Amino acid sequence: MKGYRKYFAKKLLWFFLTLIIAFVLNFVLPRLMPADPIANIMSRTARGINESAATRAMYENYVKAFGLDKPAIVQFTTYVRNAFRGDFGQSFSQYPRKVNDIISNAILWTIGLQMPAIIVGWLLGNILGALAAYIRKGFDKLLMPLSLFLSCVPAFGMAVILLGLFAVKLKIFPVAGGYGFDLIPTFSWKFIKSILLHYQLPFWSIVIISIGGQAIGMRSMSIYELNADYVKYSRYLGVKDRKIVRYVFRNAMLPQVTGLALSLGTMVGGALVAETVFSYPGLGTTILKAVTASDYPLLSAATLIITIMVLVANFAIDIIYGLIDPRVKATQFE
Amino acid sequence: MKNIFYQIFHSQKFVAGFSILMIILLILFIYPLIFPGDPLQMIGLSSFSKPGIYVSVYDAIDSEPSTMKLPDADVKRLMKKLSNEDRLAMKEWLVATGTPEDVIDILDTDGLLKLWKDSYDPSLKPEGMTLAKRNYYKRLNASLEKAFDYSRIIIATKDEETGELNEEKTVSSNDYININDVANVVYLPLGTDNFGADVAKKLVSAAKTSIMIGLIAGSIATFIGLTFGLLAGYVGGIVDDFIMFITNLFTVIPGFILLILISYGIDQDKRGAAVVALVIGVTSWTWTARSVRSQVLSLRNRDHVNLSKLSGHGLARIILTDILPYIASYVVMALILQISTAILAEAQLSMLGLGPKTTERPTLGLMMNWAMLYSAHTHGYWWAYFPVLLFIALISFSLNLMNTGLDQVFNPTLRD
Repeated sequence: MKGYRKYFAKKLLWFFLTLIIAFVLNFVLPRLMPADPIANIMSRTARGINESAATRAMYENYVKAFGLDKPAIVQFTTYVRNAFRGDFGQSFSQYPRKVNDIISNAILWTIGLQMPAIIVGWLLGNILGALAAYIRKGFDKLLMPLSLFLSCVPAFGMAVILLGLFAVKLKIFPVAGGYGFDLIPTFSWKFIKSILLHYQLPFWSIVIISIGGQAIGMRSMSIYELNADYVKYSRYLGVKDRKIVRYVFRNAMLPQVTGLALSLGTMVGGALVAETVFSYPGLGTTILKAVTASDYPLLSAATLIITIMVLVANFAIDIIYGLIDPRVKATQFE
Repeated sequence: MKNIFYQIFHSQKFVAGFSILMIILLILFIYPLIFPGDPLQMIGLSSFSKPGIYVSVYDAIDSEPSTMKLPDADVKRLMKKLSNEDRLAMKEWLVATGTPEDVIDILDTDGLLKLWKDSYDPSLKPEGMTLAKRNYYKRLNASLEKAFDYSRIIIATKDEETGELNEEKTVSSNDYININDVANVVYLPLGTDNFGADVAKKLVSAAKTSIMIGLIAGSIATFIGLTFGLLAGYVGGIVDDFIMFITNLFTVIPGFILLILISYGIDQDKRGAAVVALVIGVTSWTWTARSVRSQVLSLRNRDHVNLSKLSGHGLARIILTDILPYIASYVVMALILQISTAILAEAQLSMLGLGPKTTERPTLGLMMNWAMLYSAHTHGYWWAYFPVLLFIALISFSLNLMNTGLDQVFNPTLRD
């Protein structure tokens, strides 16, 4: 258990280190932008005011309110302090709405959509890949190119195709949104039904894409394991096929867990863009809105939340992985 | 070397991927030669025109017609006019007035019309039919009769002063003109997009730009990854620690988020295709560095490397002559994958409005972005987005297929 504690401490240290770097990157990168974000708010709030002294006073007021007149380092410490209290300031584009208000609305939608979709896609992909490796022949010949092709379609592309087919052409599912536009969020049966109906297309477009990539990985891992010496030896010993297969797939599964950890960032990125196709009320659509309105407090908060989510998920996978495969503790950091 | 190429070109998967890629590249180079012109030119004043051949109506009237009597011309003309609802309504009437249902085939225009002519009688009042519905049938019948009215259509010009109409020409239902005689004919195999630009032309030009972005970004990413991987793996020690620290950091922080943040920081005017390629390349090298490093680690203690070291060869020479050739196949595979991910990354970035600026050159991602902004997908304008998606998927598919083929050649355990 001592070794595991050491592994855990090391992982935790890493987690905090990456968290700090993520904070810095999130703060610095969008602020390199030369465009003036306040001009953006002014263009809406100061519409119709002709007096130049008044607009000037308004401008200065906004600069003060957003703290843009202070040096960058002061801005950063304020940002970090506020971020830890869960306060990301006010949105520029939806002023005076609070950023954490917007984000906390969006975050549940994104987690609710992406977590099940990625897990289901990962599981289905692994099962199919393992089957393809075990059965080979026709199933493999069909499944391999198909999964390769599917994994090459970007998630938003699958989203657009499913949307065009099932929502526009066949009219089975709604075209956009997270729930019916005529409903107010409540805990009623009607509302839940509407959510489930809107959930299908975004969910399956993410699942189908991730199945492809995972199936390919699992297939080659399984083939590799099936050719391993211990399998041949067990066969000679007369161990039942069923039992061998269980060992093989358990071993092939392990790299797939790390694979999930490594590809999580890419998958989340792709899924975020897929969200925008459905105008799903999650973080992807929020980012799109923030980009179009050059609203950097909102963008920076959204990207920070996503980064933290991915970091936490990665951390969780690492911890679980350390538990199921004790060997990694030794090799993980090489 | 010759043997390797022989093996590669005997891998079915590689050849399949290679052929798809070559066909795409061939289309990209040949299409502009057949249909030259600026891909961004806005030819349509209305957006999203359907794919097809567009003939100038004005010029068509001017051309000399030849008279032809085609047997099914009338039926075809009617088929265009008769909507599905009308057909269903006709069936409803026929059933209501006693025609057995199994005789009626609403898709057979000729038969349906015959039945209709035989049994329609405006004075009949089928049971339970409202007056409004009966009036609808009267109108339908009138429009059907009009379709069989073969009087000539008169083309007239308006006298500017008196406002009188002067007959210039008449057009009969049997007039045909040769499409080659019409001065202005436009071929739009994929219709037009929201700007009224020719989608096919734009697509070809966009695919070229996207592949360029992929090549530049992929090369940059592979170069950085390779350099870091080689240094970390071979030099080791503090260099290794430092490089691995950065690499681990950027593997956990999602690259796509970095891409969003950096692209957002660059002003839209300065964000050309090359800049976007550069940004994608700079943010996506981490896994190449990781895997190159682990390959180098397994090589660094081989005898020939040690021998080279004992002979007093310098670092650069050892890396270039004793290590690089052994991982060359691996690097080529990494490059291919990087190109395909870079093309996808550009598309995703553009979907969020962070792609290259729109005015200069189209890219596949930008075409998608504009199609989405104008809701082409919800209006069913499939030609504005589906071919773009197909191109992205096919390019990426062919590259991945080539990669799988190479993988099987170089890793015999994966062979079928």
